[in-house]
Amino acid sequence: MNWTSMNDFFAMGGYALFVWGSVLVTFGLMAAEVLGLRARHAAIQLQLHRLHARQLRLHAGKP
Amino acid sequence: MLDSRQVPYGATSTRRLHWLRLAAPQEFFSLARKVIPWFGAAALVLGLAGLYVGFFVAPTDHQQGEAYRIIFVHVPAAWMSMLIYLVMAFWAGIGLAFNTRMSSMMATALAPTGALFTFLALWTGALWGKPTWGAWWVWDARLTSELILLFLYIGFMALQASIDEPRRADRAGAVLALVGVVNVPIIYFSVKWWNTLHQGSSINLQSAPTMAATMLIGMLLMALAFWAYTIAATLWRANCIILEREGHTDWVRGTLEEVK
Repeated sequence: MNWTSMNDFFAMGGYALFVWGSVLVTFGLMAAEVLGLRARHAAIQLQLHRLHARQLRLHAGKP
Repeated sequence: MLDSRQVPYGATSTRRLHWLRLAAPQEFFSLARKVIPWFGAAALVLGLAGLYVGFFVAPTDHQQGEAYRIIFVHVPAAWMSMLIYLVMAFWAGIGLAFNTRMSSMMATALAPTGALFTFLALWTGALWGKPTWGAWWVWDARLTSELILLFLYIGFMALQASIDEPRRADRAGAVLALVGVVNVPIIYFSVKWWNTLHQGSSINLQSAPTMAATMLIGMLLMALAFWAYTIAATLWRANCIILEREGHTDWVRGTLEEVK
């Protein structure tokens, strides 16, 4: 084990800004990409469901 | 000679034909949807294992202290930035040569994730450069060529976004991606070809790695995690692109009913 305490771990031997600045931004941006993909997928699904429903209504309206 | 084009659609007589079927967006979509959760889960597990090894098992570096731990995200991100570009240019080129729209959609799906890793390689590199070199940024060959890679990704995405007709956007993007491929070996070999501030590779195919085993294991675990993440994210984006482009087709309507 490298660390004697929680504070020691977070201090990263005085390099906290650099190490945590790298790690947090990396995983933060990856998480943001996943959330963006989820939103994009939901948006196109919703749009297609609406389109589908409208087509069904149009068909139903025809004699 | 058996030609795949002469075999009726849906035939699965050989493994090769099975893979070629994925050129059809419908086939691609249903397979991708099945494998995305598995690659996502693999990314999570490998990433946690990599972070554990990187921060709790790997020893402190005797020269750089704890600052070296940036390596566990910097190097895998930099590898992915180059690899994704090669894969993107490959699929863009296949799409251009054989007019297979799924290949082009795959290239388009890879670009944002590639740009993300390129940005992260530069960002973590700056945060590593400051404590070790005393500078956030220097105009040396490695850093400059990696910055050009970021501009290539952004250029590819901007060019495709500016063209309304998808197939024309595919072709224009492919030309840009293929021209830009020359930059990847420049990045990779820059530390050999020029005198750079950036250190040479600690890991290469010619010699044994020049780092402690636990450091290496932590880095490779993170690299595998980034691989799995990239596969999951880009397949997911490819599926979004398929729905956006092919939403009018009957099979997409079929999947909508399935989901409901």
